Amino acid sequence: MSGIPPYATTGQRAWYYGFRVICGLIFFFLIAPIMVIIPLSFNAQDFFTFTPEMLAFDPAGYSTKHYEDFFTNSDWQLALRNSLKIAPVATLLSVSLGTLAAIGLSQSHVPFRRGIMAILISPMIVPLIISATGMYFFYSNPYIPTPFGKIELPFTLTGTYLGVVLAHAALGIPFVIITVTATLVGFDNSLTRASANMGAGPVTTFFRVQMPLILPGVVSGGLFAFITSFDEVVVVLFVGSAGQKTLPWQMFTGLREQISPTILAVATILIAVSIVLLFVVEMLRRRSERLRGMSPS
Amino acid sequence: MAEQMMAADGRPLKASLNRALRRQKIRALALIAPLLLFILISFVMPIADMLFRSVENEIVENTLPRTVVALQDWDATSGEAPDEPVFNALYTDMALAVEYKSHTRLGSRLNYETTGISSLFRKSGRRISRFDTDAYTDAFTAADPAYADPVQWAAWMDDDALRAKLPLTTSAYDGWEKMIVEAEGDVPTEEQPWDFVYTALYNDGVNGAELPIAVDVSQIEPVSIRAQFSDVDDDWLDPDVWQTIKTYSPTYTNGYFLNSVDLMKGAEGVEQRPENERIYIVLFIRTMIMSLSIMGMCVLLGYPIAWLLANLSARTANLLMILVLLPFWTSLLVRTSAWKVLLQQQGVINDVLVWIGIVADDNRLELINNQTGTIIAMTHILLPFMILPLYSVMKTIPPSYLRAAKSLGATNWTAFWRVYFPQSVPGIGAGCILVFILAIGYYITPELVGGTKGVFISNRIAYHISSSLNWGLAAALGTILLAIVMALYWAYDKIVGIDNVKLGG
Repeated sequence: MSGIPPYATTGQRAWYYGFRVICGLIFFFLIAPIMVIIPLSFNAQDFFTFTPEMLAFDPAGYSTKHYEDFFTNSDWQLALRNSLKIAPVATLLSVSLGTLAAIGLSQSHVPFRRGIMAILISPMIVPLIISATGMYFFYSNPYIPTPFGKIELPFTLTGTYLGVVLAHAALGIPFVIITVTATLVGFDNSLTRASANMGAGPVTTFFRVQMPLILPGVVSGGLFAFITSFDEVVVVLFVGSAGQKTLPWQMFTGLREQISPTILAVATILIAVSIVLLFVVEMLRRRSERLRGMSPS
Repeated sequence: MAEQMMAADGRPLKASLNRALRRQKIRALALIAPLLLFILISFVMPIADMLFRSVENEIVENTLPRTVVALQDWDATSGEAPDEPVFNALYTDMALAVEYKSHTRLGSRLNYETTGISSLFRKSGRRISRFDTDAYTDAFTAADPAYADPVQWAAWMDDDALRAKLPLTTSAYDGWEKMIVEAEGDVPTEEQPWDFVYTALYNDGVNGAELPIAVDVSQIEPVSIRAQFSDVDDDWLDPDVWQTIKTYSPTYTNGYFLNSVDLMKGAEGVEQRPENERIYIVLFIRTMIMSLSIMGMCVLLGYPIAWLLANLSARTANLLMILVLLPFWTSLLVRTSAWKVLLQQQGVINDVLVWIGIVADDNRLELINNQTGTIIAMTHILLPFMILPLYSVMKTIPPSYLRAAKSLGATNWTAFWRVYFPQSVPGIGAGCILVFILAIGYYITPELVGGTKGVFISNRIAYHISSSLNWGLAAALGTILLAIVMALYWAYDKIVGIDNVKLGG
């Protein structure tokens, strides 16, 4: 479908351009809401629409006061710090455990493969509100029930940093499993055998041969896990307490109680972060395809 | 038969192979085990806990153990409140529960089933220490001072023969002794038993038991506990209250599940709730309909985009793909805030419409805090989840098929409908189930842009956990939702295969 042939009828031309206009409108619907936020965040007034000064490109209509509020307000700074404390640890946990498990799962002759896969993927499928409900009940018990009796804990997990990290790590794991498994699908096992043949131990083989090849999958899985935790609000609302208030939590309460214009500034910063992430993932995907001998599409 | 094949180390080849295979399996499982254990503890067990809570009902039995036993002989259909023995048991249970402060929790629990019980329990809890049962205490201690001696009581209650003769007293004393230690932090041998123990002693006496020190109980003026309770509140004589207590006395209940589908347990079994209390069926249906509308909108908007992307040259398609992936990567709360800001009455969309002249300034559209708001915002949020699977399926359909159909004389429409569309159906199926699964459990977006009319079942679950504290009902609603999602997940696995889920194109 490259261009329209010169012999096309009027009806065909109308359809060709009409279809493109429709697609353009849908792309507009996808992108415009996000993009509108950016200029609005520089509003000098506390309004949520364009003021006449802004439309006239009058510099007086623009200001960075919402950004200043974000960087000076202690509530927002605490939330940002909490998010930056929770997400990396949760990511580290899910990436390290998830990568090992994905390697295990990719080997031939794994018993109960489908069942194990279903359990590992389930945090992504179960609606967040249900995960949050279950975790709220379970983490508020000071014990872990086992078939052999209860393991008593000297603390409860609700309202603790550890509780939120564990919950977020569980939510991030499916993404790591999926992305790492996908890179392992094309993995040539004769490479590990060759490495073993040359006298490398399993650990050396893993870090020198396997790891560099699956790294793109691991990193993009890690990014997914990071963004899951960084963007997650339902579970942290239930499992956390005011001490673990994260950035999305602060945005959520800000939106529910009264809309503070600072939210627009935060949103713009987060949009910038997601653009960066998008490009990193895209680069990784291309690198991975190149390494596996496919031409980058 | 040929000689058995041997491996280099002299073992039979078959055994050697089996051993290698087993070792490989163990190694693979060892790699998986840490994660599996982690997921089991941090995710699967919490879900199991929630499932358990949807049927768990230990609170009645734990708070009113004696009443539950005494109630077994009461006929719920008699239309009469139970007799004196049940009220005697209730008196002991309530007196103890008040000290543990558990009667208010039980009251709130039973209030979910019959309104008014919560205040009944609170009120009775406040008045229970002022019951006229001190007449029994006075009568016994007057008959013999030994009855006022805590050490003497402890000695009696260590005597197994005596315990067997005084069942009510033993039960009341044991409960009192436990309570004195646990709730009051006192020593039982230093405290005189409370009135309800003497009431139990009197009742054992009336029942013909031989008392430790003979007292003529027929000389003691009886106090009707039933009348004492009905003095506090007439509702104690209402058989409906007792019906509720009896219905919810087993350790497990299906009451929460019945409640979540607008049914209740009555005297004659399961019945429908009164018209004005039926909310959950409506909410489930609304959640379904709204998720279906969102899914439909996503197909409608996603199909042309996926088709365009699949048929453009790779370079252009990759560029346009960014427009799909950027929303996909943008924070959910950022996108919800965007819609909250845009859809307001004084927001950008209404401003633009007024400026164009489609709507009058004094007649701005209500786009937020209703179903419209939820559907618009969620369609935007879930659209990438429709486009990506559709795109990956369409990319595999060779464009030559369409050209072949047309060269054989099909019109554009026939060629699309009879040749292209059927091949894209797996993509539609995958996208639809994915979007529907995600939509049905959404909480944040409906909460922020849905108002009261645009909320989902998940918002009700959150409400029961954080506001009404009816955890059992929240768990039951969650279990039903989980069952629906699991059924859809199973279908997704059958159609697409969970291994084939792709992230980010």
